[in-house]
Amino acid sequence: MNNLVFSSAVLGGSIVAGFVGSLTGLGGGVVIVPLLTIAFGVNIRYAIGASLVSVIATSSGAASAYVRDGFSNVRIGMMLEIATAAGALGGAALAAHVPTSKLAMLLGVVLIGSVFAPSHKEQAAGAQASGSKSLAARLGLEGVYPSPQGEIAYAPRRIPFGFGMMGVAGVLSGLLGIGSGAVKVLAMDLAMALPFKVSTTTSNFMIGVTAAASAGIYLHRGYIDPALAMPVTLGVIAGSFTGAMLLKNADVHRLRTFFRAVVFVLGIEMIWNGWKGAL
Amino acid sequence: MGGLLRAGVILACGIMFAGGVLYLLRHGGEHQSWQSFHSEPAALRSIAGIWHAMLAGQARAIIQFSALVLIATPVMRVAFAVYGFARQKRWLFVAVSLIVLALLGAGLSERG
Repeated sequence: MNNLVFSSAVLGGSIVAGFVGSLTGLGGGVVIVPLLTIAFGVNIRYAIGASLVSVIATSSGAASAYVRDGFSNVRIGMMLEIATAAGALGGAALAAHVPTSKLAMLLGVVLIGSVFAPSHKEQAAGAQASGSKSLAARLGLEGVYPSPQGEIAYAPRRIPFGFGMMGVAGVLSGLLGIGSGAVKVLAMDLAMALPFKVSTTTSNFMIGVTAAASAGIYLHRGYIDPALAMPVTLGVIAGSFTGAMLLKNADVHRLRTFFRAVVFVLGIEMIWNGWKGAL
Repeated sequence: MGGLLRAGVILACGIMFAGGVLYLLRHGGEHQSWQSFHSEPAALRSIAGIWHAMLAGQARAIIQFSALVLIATPVMRVAFAVYGFARQKRWLFVAVSLIVLALLGAGLSERG
């Protein structure tokens, strides 16, 4: 197929990927790499490069919606971002030395993990471990968020553990070209006991920063092919936007479950193909 | 700041779309393969190279430039945070944000 046909097909596939990503809350990045490698036979390094660019686009596009409504905590996000960005640089540097088959299998594991990731557990308002609270207070990381009952105060717990998880999220992002949003939310929601909306909005703004850290390295190594990144990025943005609109207006529970099943299958395929050495 | 981020993404996408159209007009009938990895030509791998190739009208460089604009949006976000924290006199977070900015710069520097 010539470039025009190929680009159109990739554009279509990316729109679907972005749609699935935003509907499942897993992000477009995790779906793009399997789509490109399995369906289009693209080399995984180019796929990861293109995915990374699309991750920055969706993150900055979405973050702009959250910045104003008072949920994202820039102090917590920025402090954790030291770990995530450092991890991303490490992951991106490491990526050149990891065989593509191992990358494929790792991505498959991450895909399956994000489908089964424990979901948000309600934290009792005001439940704090006194030891960790003083660290949060000393670092100035407490915050408030708006609610119908007025402003609710919160403070992160288990900060060093959260820091470590953010480092892992960063390494995964740098290695696999994904946003690692799921890991970030897990770290903030479950490990650090932050309110759910604070975790998700803060994660959204962090994803773009993390991806930007790896993107420079990927660019210099020649992993980002413009002819590929173009339909992928434009498609994922269009798909994510559509998915986000749908999320607002419709009951999407069945659709989400279906797409999570799709992502699970993709994960198995990635592991299988990586194991066979086909990727 | 939210508006600025969105403007950056829209600008980048506009440039990307324009570059994409140009690329397909010129090379749509050709056949490029992405199956094996060869790395990109040097001009498309460095910021200076991309800038010059774009000015020369190369479609793929225009797209690559739009990716740079995209990468710039979170960088701007962090730079803006430095300023915001400084205004609040939260010096710990000014330092934290500067560290993040330095990490971003390290990624973008040519010594990758």
